[in-house]
Amino acid sequence: MTEGREGRAAFRHKSAEIAVAALFFILGALVIADSVRLGVGWQEVHGPRPGYFPFYVGLIICVSAVITFVRALLMPRARSDRTFVQVGQLKLVLTVLIPTAIYAALIGWIGIYVSSILFIGFFMRWLGKYAWWKVAAVSLGAAVVFYLIFEVWFKVPLPKGLVESFLGID
Amino acid sequence: MDEIQSLLHGFGVALTLKNLLLMFTGIILGVIIGVLPGLGGANGVAILLPLTFSMAQQPGGATSAIILLSCIYWGALFGGAITSILFNIPGEPWSVATTFDGYPLAQQGRAGSALTAAFTSSFVGALVAVIVITFLSPIVANFALAFGPPEFFAVYLLTFCAFIGTSKEPPFKTLASMMLGFALAAVGTDPVTGTLRLTFGFTRLLTGFDFLVAVIGLFGIGEILLTLEEGLAFKGASAKLNMKVVLETWKELPKYWLTSVRSSVVGCFMGIVPGGATPASFMSYGVARRFSRDGDAFGTGKIEGVVAPETAAHAAGTAALLPMITLGVPGSPTAAVLLGGLMIWGLQPGPLLFVEQKDFVWGLIASMYLGNIAGLIVVLTCVPLFAAILRVPFSVIAPIIMVVCAIGAYTIHNSIFDVWMMVVFGIAGYLFKKLQYPLAPMVLAIVLGDATEASFRQAMLVSQGDMSIFFSKPLVGSLTSLALLLLFWPLISAAIGRLRRG
Repeated sequence: MTEGREGRAAFRHKSAEIAVAALFFILGALVIADSVRLGVGWQEVHGPRPGYFPFYVGLIICVSAVITFVRALLMPRARSDRTFVQVGQLKLVLTVLIPTAIYAALIGWIGIYVSSILFIGFFMRWLGKYAWWKVAAVSLGAAVVFYLIFEVWFKVPLPKGLVESFLGID
Repeated sequence: MDEIQSLLHGFGVALTLKNLLLMFTGIILGVIIGVLPGLGGANGVAILLPLTFSMAQQPGGATSAIILLSCIYWGALFGGAITSILFNIPGEPWSVATTFDGYPLAQQGRAGSALTAAFTSSFVGALVAVIVITFLSPIVANFALAFGPPEFFAVYLLTFCAFIGTSKEPPFKTLASMMLGFALAAVGTDPVTGTLRLTFGFTRLLTGFDFLVAVIGLFGIGEILLTLEEGLAFKGASAKLNMKVVLETWKELPKYWLTSVRSSVVGCFMGIVPGGATPASFMSYGVARRFSRDGDAFGTGKIEGVVAPETAAHAAGTAALLPMITLGVPGSPTAAVLLGGLMIWGLQPGPLLFVEQKDFVWGLIASMYLGNIAGLIVVLTCVPLFAAILRVPFSVIAPIIMVVCAIGAYTIHNSIFDVWMMVVFGIAGYLFKKLQYPLAPMVLAIVLGDATEASFRQAMLVSQGDMSIFFSKPLVGSLTSLALLLLFWPLISAAIGRLRRG
């Protein structure tokens, strides 16, 4: 995967460093803003106000972010040009990440069993190119095993949708 | 010898048929978790923690629950070595150093010896650490009974400063990641006054972030995304482990007793002071190479090079439970998850555990002895089975791991929102790992954030805002000084280096 388009850098190391440092700074600033709202000083009887501790936490986040940011800017060329992630790698990561995000959204809607069957099935069929019967066997089998372990053995309820109530295992 | 008596009592608690069954279940699950990419000790225990909710309600159930979870942890510690030696893929960060000599051995057809050496030294390391726990923890707990808020804050400070002093990552990234953990811990209700903080009007955030969700996302999803980059196939050596190889290797092992002793000491120390198993394994490998007679041959396939990191990693992993049960301060992310379990089951971790929950504590300690014996038996007999798991294609195993992670995240609070948060933490984990932001300090900060803040504010109330309270008594003063020394260690060591060169 080092040749051609797939091996090209999707992001450089330097840009990734800068982006994450900036993200940290924003989060730190949010924390500081809310702490200032709550008060960062001393209060009679109660001691330090609720914002006291988070204020310094936010401050340290911002300071560390600035230092990491500046360091990334001053990074020697040989290091800053290093590839953070290749196009091919990023594609592979996204082919997993996007279905996972959809899967997480589906759980609340159609229950964990149906969405898990779809998710495992999708993976095996699309990335693994397995025969349909194998896809069905593994994904259905996994759902049954999860049901037995979690709901029957350890009595932990899992989210269900319409299909389960139709089958009467709600 | 009160400890011996308490320990015998503990064996009585741990040695029931049900607990033995849970022990073996835990070990087997743990080894599988340790072998699979994306599942490790910390998130494996986090995912399976909800399984123990109903179990812990029954009388004596909390002991059974901790036995199950701690055995998963031992299993994961053992399992990491299998993938390192056979596949050159460290299943766990602490088995990276095991690949240096383990994989060359496997390539020379000596996988059996390497595995036997790894498992046996893991066992030895754990045993030493458990003995240390048995005799040291009652003393530490007794000592800690007299702790007030300033002392506890100093211990927390020491824990977090140790990360900055000992981690290989850039200090400001360690600091940023740790403080992000504190910020996440602060979200929700203020532990002292009950004021809402950092919720920005979102009702979802009222209860704050659960660190178990963070652990599953950061270590589970993040790890899978990283593994994906490397491609989808695993190629590995095959393993045959029969009694003959095992006995032959056992005959060879006593030669390395000095390495074992050194590595156990390094491991126990790094486990108790929160450095963790990973640095311990590297440090011990380095020490062994320097002191060994044929240190130059390290890396080409020396049994000694397997013994050193495995002993230390397992000793550190086990010793990390000592501060967890005695002070309520976990020494590693997995210990943090176990601590979270304790709190969910309604046990207050800390020195009082040794007074109020004798059955639980000594049952746990006794189960550490038994669990590691069970672990050694399981791994020595079932290696081919576990290696076969890695031959299952990634396109089958990856979605199943994802589903398991999602179920784990959901079942903590029966909340779909947590599943979404898990995905977000997964992306964060992927980015952080690639940019060398360490994850362990962040997880520990989420767990200990509220307690750290509360102890600080209580101490401030006692002293009416005077910071000198952290230096007011010899004990708290030396803890604080040690913490500050560790905090500025990167600067100090740089200065020393410059002085030497200049």
